[in-house]
Amino acid sequence: MSAERLTKARRRQPNANSDDAPLILVKKERSALRIDALDRKAIALGLTPGMTLADARARAPHLAVAQADADADERLMLRLAAFCEQFTPLVALDPPCGIMLDATGCAHLFGGEAAMRACVLQAMARLSFTGCAAVAGTPDAARALARFGAEGVTPPGEDEIFTRPLPIAALEAPRETSVALTRAGLTTLGDLADRSSAALTARFGAETMRRLTRILGREDARITPLRSLPECMVERRFAEPFLDLAAIENVLRPLIAEAMGILEKRGEGGRAFEARFFRTDGAVAALNFETGAPSRNVEALLRLFHLKADSLADPLDPGFGFDVIRFCVLRAETLAQSQIGFERQSAQESDVADLVDRLAARFGRERVLRFAAHETHDPVRAASYVDAAASPSSRPTLWEKPEPGEPPLRPLFLFDPPQPIETMAETPDGPPMHFKWRRVRHMIARAEGPERIAPEWWRNAVGRERRTRDYYRLEDREGHRFWVFREGLYESETAAPRWFLHGLFA
Amino acid sequence: MTHPLASLRKSLACAYPAVTSETIALGAPALDRRLGGGILRAALHEAYAETAADAPAATGFALALARRAMAGAEKPLLWARQEALTAESGAPYPPGLADIGLDPAAVAFIRVRDAKEALQAGAEAGRCATVGATLIELFGEARAYDLTASRRLALAAGAAGAPIFMTRVAASPAPSAAASRWLVRAAPSRALGANAPGSAAFAIFLLRQRGGAAGQEWHEWRVEWNRDRGAFEDRTFDAPSLSGPVASLFVGGAPDEGASQTAERKFG
Repeated sequence: MSAERLTKARRRQPNANSDDAPLILVKKERSALRIDALDRKAIALGLTPGMTLADARARAPHLAVAQADADADERLMLRLAAFCEQFTPLVALDPPCGIMLDATGCAHLFGGEAAMRACVLQAMARLSFTGCAAVAGTPDAARALARFGAEGVTPPGEDEIFTRPLPIAALEAPRETSVALTRAGLTTLGDLADRSSAALTARFGAETMRRLTRILGREDARITPLRSLPECMVERRFAEPFLDLAAIENVLRPLIAEAMGILEKRGEGGRAFEARFFRTDGAVAALNFETGAPSRNVEALLRLFHLKADSLADPLDPGFGFDVIRFCVLRAETLAQSQIGFERQSAQESDVADLVDRLAARFGRERVLRFAAHETHDPVRAASYVDAAASPSSRPTLWEKPEPGEPPLRPLFLFDPPQPIETMAETPDGPPMHFKWRRVRHMIARAEGPERIAPEWWRNAVGRERRTRDYYRLEDREGHRFWVFREGLYESETAAPRWFLHGLFA
Repeated sequence: MTHPLASLRKSLACAYPAVTSETIALGAPALDRRLGGGILRAALHEAYAETAADAPAATGFALALARRAMAGAEKPLLWARQEALTAESGAPYPPGLADIGLDPAAVAFIRVRDAKEALQAGAEAGRCATVGATLIELFGEARAYDLTASRRLALAAGAAGAPIFMTRVAASPAPSAAASRWLVRAAPSRALGANAPGSAAFAIFLLRQRGGAAGQEWHEWRVEWNRDRGAFEDRTFDAPSLSGPVASLFVGGAPDEGASQTAERKFG
C-alpha cells in the first residue's frame, strides 16, 4: 500500500482586500481572543497560534483579523475531499486540515507517485490553496512527513529511513510528553526508535508508542474512506474543460455503456447509480438515481439521468467546465444474461418497470405507488400503498373479485381520518334520513345497511379501544353515494353514537 | 429500386404515425350511435366534474372508460392524481377500484404535488406503449394545463395508441386538444331490493367531440356502469330533455324504478 498525505498549511487564502495585510483568524479560548490560524505573512511577523489578539496587535497594528469558523472549515474540507475523489476513490479526512488519499493502484494512471503528487499539488494551487504533500507507505508516515519534514515521495520500504530524522513534534503527542522527551535529550524519532520500546511504553504510554511504530512504517493502519468503493466505476478526463452541457449525452452514453459492459461480464445489473461531475473550480456535482430492478439498459439509464437532471433544484452548471466526468454503479445485483425480445411478455413488463423507474426518479419513490392487499376484515387495513419501484408487479393478486350482480360495496375513495358528520335518523340504530357534511345537507333517498364491522380486538391498544362500526351505503337525492358509519353500538357500547363519513362511491 | 416518392412516403409514415381512428365503444347503444361508434382510442379525453361533489363521479366515469379501453389487454393503468384532491374527496381505495371492475394490482398510482407534475407524469406514461390507459386528475383551474400542454398529451396518446383521460374538479371547461370533453354528474342509481343504492350511475353531457356534432343538440345521457359486463348501459328511455342540467335531473328516470323514485319527483 502506498498512501498520500496532503496537508494544507493554512485554511484559507487571504481575501482580496487583505492581500497586503497579514491575516489572522481568532477564536475565544481561555477567556481571551487568541490566534487560531494565520497566513504566511503573519508567520513572517513572528506571530504564532495561541497568542492573544492584543499581543498580536501590539506587534503588528495593521493585522487583518477574522473570526475562526470551525464549521465552515469543515465544510471546505469536505468539499476538497470530494474534489480529491477525482484522483482516487478512497479519500479520507485527516483532521484538522489534511486529506488522505489512498493511491493504491491509482498512481500509475498519473505516471507514478511523484507525478501524481505533483498533479494533486497543482490542482490545489489552481484552487489557490497552498499545500504540502508527501507519499509514503503508511498514512501516519505520510502525515508526519508532510507536516514536519521532507515533502516528497518515499520509495517503498524506506519509510523508516525517511522518518527517523523527523522531530519529536511529529508524534503529535500531548505537550507534557513532548517536553519530557525533549528534556530526556531525544530530539528525533530515530533517537526514540533506538530505545527499548518496553521502557518507552512504560514511561510515555502505549498511544505514543503506537504512533511511533506507525510513523516508522512498522505497523500499517488503513484509512477509513469517506465513501465506500463503488461496484464499478468509469470516467472520462478532459484535456480541455468540458463545457457543452447539450453534448453531455455524447460523454455519458459511452461511459454508461462501458460500465454496463463490465457488469454484463460479471452477470450483474445495477440498482443504484451515480454520475459525478468534477468542475475545474473544485465544485463537485453528484447525481444519484436508482432502478427498481437490476438493469443494464444504457438508454433507460440515460433517460433516468436526464429526468433526474431536470428535476434538480439547482441545475447542473458547468461553470468553467468539467475536468472529469465519472459514472459509478453503487449497487449491483445478479442479472442473468437475457435475450431481449425472446419472450414478449417479459419485455413488456420491463417496459412498465422502466416507466416506474423514470417516474420514481423524477417525483421521488414515495410518490410512485402500487396497491397492496392484506387479509383482514378491517377495511382500513385491507389495502395499503407500497413503493412501486421496490415491489415486483408480477405477484399474484390477492384482491377479492366482486360478486356478480352485486352493486359496489366499497367506496372508490376513502377519507383518512373519517370525516365527522351530523346526522338525523328515525331511530338511534337506523340509517340516517339526512346528514350534514361540509355545511351541505344531503337528503337520503336510498340506504343499505348496516354492515357491522367489529374492530380487530387483538390490535386494540389499552385505553384506546376502537368501537364496533355499523356501515351504511347511502345515496342522496342528487345521486351522490356515500359510505358512512356509526361508531359504537347503541346502548351496549355508547348512548350517543357518533357518525362519520368514511368514503365516497363513484 | 423503389420510387423515391414511395420511400419518402414510407419515412414520413414512420416519423408521423397515422392517427388511428380506432374507437372505444362505451357499450350503451344509443350513446355509441350518437358518438359514431365510440370515443377515439389514441386520443385525449376530458371529464369535468359538474360540482366539486361530483369529483368521484367524474373519476368513476373516467375509470370505467379506462376499463373499456383496456378490456382484454394485460396492460396496466397509470393514475396520476393531484394531492389536493385527497382532502377534497379522499384517497383511492383499492377494493372500491375492484368493485368497479378494475384490477388494483394492475394500477400504478402517482401522487403528484401540482398540475405541472401531474401533466409531466401523464405525458411520460402516455408515451409508453405498454401502458393500457393513463388517468390524470387535476384540481382547480390549472394554468399549467393550457392548449399546448393538452396538445402534447394528445400527441403522446396518438403515438402510443392508448387513451389519456383527464378529470377536472373545480374547473370550468376550457378549449383544449381533447378529442372529447364531458361534463359528469352523479345520477341517482337504480334501486335494488329494499331501496338499496345500485350500480354507479352518471349523468353525462357531451360538451365537445372532435369531428362530431356536439353542442348542436343539448343532450344529456343517463348511463349506468355495469361492472359484470364491463359496459355502460343506457338509462334514458324517454325523450332527451331540452333544458339545462337542473331541470333534467329527475326527468330521465328509468321506468322500472319503484315508488321511491316517484316520491323523489315530488321533491324535485
